Amino acid sequence: MGFYFAQFLTGLASASSLFLVAAGLSIIFGVTRIVNFAHGSLFMLGAFIAYSISQHLGFWLAVPLAALCVGGIGWLMERTVLNRLYGAPELFQLVATFGLVLIVQDLALWIWGPTDLLGPRAPGLTGVVRIFDQPVPEYDLFLIVVGLSVLAGIWWMFTRTRFGVLVRAATEDREMLQALGVKPARLFQATFFIGAALAGLGGALEMPRQPASLLMDLNIIAEAFVVVVIGGMGSIAGAFLAALLIAELNAFGILVLPEITLVAAFAAMAVVLAVRPYGLLGKPVTAAPHAVEIQPPQTLGTPGRIAGGILIAVLLALPLLADDFIVVLSGDIMVLALFAAGLQFMMGTGGLISFGHAAFFGLGAYAAALLVRDFGAAMVPALLLAPICAALGACVIGWFAVRLSGVYLAMLTLAAAQILWSAGIQWQDVTGGDDGILGIWPAAWANGTTAYYYLTFALSGSGIVALMFIAQGRFGRLLRAGRDAPARASALGINIKARNWAAIVIAGTAAGLAGGIFAFSKGSVFPDTLAIPRSVDALVMVLLGGLHAPAGPIVGATVFSLLEDVLSRLPYWRAMLGAAVVAIALFAPGGITGVFAAWLRRKREHRA
Amino acid sequence: MKFARLIALAAVLFVSVGQTITVGAAMAEPIRIGEINSYTRLPAFTEPYKKGWQMAVEEINAAGGINGRPLEVISRDDAGKPGNAVKIAGELVQRDKVVMLTGTFFSHIGLAVSDFAKQNKVLFLASEPLTDALVWTKGNDYTFRLRPSTFMQAAMLAAEAAKTDAVKWATVAPNYAYGKDAVAAFKQVLSKLKPSVQFVDEQWPALFKIDAGVTVRALEAAKPDAIYNVTFGPDLGAMVREGTVRGLFDGRTVVSLLTGEPEYLEPLKGEAPKGWIVTGYPWYAIDTPAHNAFRKAYEARWNETLKMGSLVGYNTMLSVAALLKKTGSTDTAKLVAAMKDLKVSTPGGDIMYRAADHQATMGSWVGRTDVVDGKGQMTGWRYVDGAEVLPSAADAKAMRPAN
Repeated sequence: MGFYFAQFLTGLASASSLFLVAAGLSIIFGVTRIVNFAHGSLFMLGAFIAYSISQHLGFWLAVPLAALCVGGIGWLMERTVLNRLYGAPELFQLVATFGLVLIVQDLALWIWGPTDLLGPRAPGLTGVVRIFDQPVPEYDLFLIVVGLSVLAGIWWMFTRTRFGVLVRAATEDREMLQALGVKPARLFQATFFIGAALAGLGGALEMPRQPASLLMDLNIIAEAFVVVVIGGMGSIAGAFLAALLIAELNAFGILVLPEITLVAAFAAMAVVLAVRPYGLLGKPVTAAPHAVEIQPPQTLGTPGRIAGGILIAVLLALPLLADDFIVVLSGDIMVLALFAAGLQFMMGTGGLISFGHAAFFGLGAYAAALLVRDFGAAMVPALLLAPICAALGACVIGWFAVRLSGVYLAMLTLAAAQILWSAGIQWQDVTGGDDGILGIWPAAWANGTTAYYYLTFALSGSGIVALMFIAQGRFGRLLRAGRDAPARASALGINIKARNWAAIVIAGTAAGLAGGIFAFSKGSVFPDTLAIPRSVDALVMVLLGGLHAPAGPIVGATVFSLLEDVLSRLPYWRAMLGAAVVAIALFAPGGITGVFAAWLRRKREHRA
Repeated sequence: MKFARLIALAAVLFVSVGQTITVGAAMAEPIRIGEINSYTRLPAFTEPYKKGWQMAVEEINAAGGINGRPLEVISRDDAGKPGNAVKIAGELVQRDKVVMLTGTFFSHIGLAVSDFAKQNKVLFLASEPLTDALVWTKGNDYTFRLRPSTFMQAAMLAAEAAKTDAVKWATVAPNYAYGKDAVAAFKQVLSKLKPSVQFVDEQWPALFKIDAGVTVRALEAAKPDAIYNVTFGPDLGAMVREGTVRGLFDGRTVVSLLTGEPEYLEPLKGEAPKGWIVTGYPWYAIDTPAHNAFRKAYEARWNETLKMGSLVGYNTMLSVAALLKKTGSTDTAKLVAAMKDLKVSTPGGDIMYRAADHQATMGSWVGRTDVVDGKGQMTGWRYVDGAEVLPSAADAKAMRPAN
């Protein structure tokens, strides 16, 4: 009995520390509707800054000062980057804030160096208290108190202060509040300050529990997303409940099933979203009834067709013109373009945000590898079955996903991808775990740089062209109708959910084919084909290319690959990539194709 | 107009940075070595490694290079992605015309590059990855490995563990291939040396995401005599703090993989655990002429102290130089033949790349942790030669696929 109570308290301490981070994320989302990927970076900065301050001023001063510093950094982020993203599609927010993650990563490496930094323990709270004869660290009890106080404080602020009332009003109806003479910008800045300071506080309070390390940002953010989504985005009490659920699930889960650690949180999130699509205490996001804005479909046009023809000719002749490495790189780019094209179809044409597109890529790659290794399949059947397996996966994930929209949809796809990733790592007998599956090389006739290049060209090219046709055709038009005017489309008898489901399956099929080709081109498959960075890569490519331009995925994949190839030779290259991504998201929302199209237009007007 | 300027700027940038960063002098036609590692993913381990091999290259070239030709290393960052590593390997071989590949830290990236090496018939000297599969179950003709593997290090610790009175053991390891291998190898060797041992609990926290409080309590609940720990990096710091405050380690034998390496022990400072049996690198206490010279040169060159990675990086390029001098050619078939039974004198002692399984006999230091002058250090250590813990040549060969 005593043991379980103490285990519960230990879980509660972890829940408190998780809650601090998640609460900040939830507040920022609730008020500004921004999904802040960089929230984990703020947490990490909190830990590092607290470490530095504690070396001079001691632990107890370091914690509040670090929280204030990080609040200031959050405020700065809002002023420089995020305030330009209010109301922008989630894609831009996710990608721009991910750019910030990259910048902060390199900044922290530059300032604090690569070594982990173990901060001081909390003076006065280094011992244990015996509860039912079980040792419970004093610091754990302190964390529990802090968590509950922050919960109470936020509740008080939002319900009992004028500031809180105004913030809630701004969330409900920004224009009305502005008409009443309140500047929402100030409120949003204050919200960002508070949210960031909470993340900083969470990071600073980790000092006695774990060293400050450069891995903290991405490690916490996935978990914080899970908590916020399970709790219901914007709900503080929900975040607390969810943090408690996750932490206790882990605390008691590992007693029964020690290997549950990777998958527990994401499985819980998938279950909650399937049962309560808006989280435990969340409210359905009622999109304010706005005027129907029809995004006209973008077509290639004559210059586009000519450019496409030239591109095909160049690609066909490439092995004769360029050295092997260029040929391999071009093959990689075509695979990525197909991967991005599926995502662009789903997000641009369908308006369905996926944050776990790697799930389908990885399914295709693993399907191909397993068919070869365990069933002795030849390359061609494996390549044909890979997209089918991914499509089956997309059927299952899509069935859950179509009932959600916006951020919730993105988070469900993220959860699905993370569950598959956990399986990739943990189901060692089948997937080989981290060691992956090796020796997946092409059949003899396609083995060789040039032969495999042409195979890649044929498969990826037809995949991309097929997606273009579907997007421009009847199916694409119906999909766009559901995206731009769901109410009217439904009234006209279009089954939007069924169309969306089909769109997810189509996107998944394309990603699966890309994954299959990728597996044979690299000769091996590893869990990183399923991991978050691959999903982010796809998002970045779509953004770079332009969300709606038919040539977007090709341009995006090309620029992304070349950027990564060139930059990764330099020190601190991630910060440069991050800055480039942020700049595109802020200043060229139409991506590179958008900039190009605007330039063409201006030139034409100039001549006229 | 603006757009055209943007394009021009991008083109200039592209060309100007397209020049790969290289190390080496431009005298005679250099011998190029391709080097790939996860420099941005895990800088804590790969930075010291880079400094180690850079210093070796500088020394080799200062001494006249390889038969008059300087050594040039083209080093690239794979960002922790195996797909990138394979792509870069292709570029290094096809475009930069490197004579061989070295590097990698993560086991899966090591395996991916090793499979590339096999497919493209190019020599790959894996410096840091620990997985046993690299030289055994997934070994191939073109891949050799320098650092002592998971099995070797676990076997060193199991031998020490068998000397203690502990019977009931609990294990804690990160939940991925390295952790699983390290626990399996330890169990296998310890059970063989001392059949009476029992394994009463195992914990598998997620890598770098340990919830140390609950993990420590779960271990405590199993009431083991001894604990075998494989967690490292930030997880280790968390384990030590939570375990110490809850008294988990009091009166228990703790055996811990890699914890004596400065990369892991130094961040713990004065809170480093005392009396743990560990593998590691007591650079501060190794007093041989070769090591003293190495240490002095490294501290003078980089103005910082040695890490495990520094030694591994240094030994990597020493091995490359020894190989090239022995072969006198850059033909892959001749290089592969010369790698077999290649002997190299390193600061830590003489090593040999076994012909049977392509594993170097580089060993490790086994000792107990202690706190000296507020710093975590190893005491009572001894150097265990890798050859002592490797399976026999015949057994090793039997584990390798025929190819």
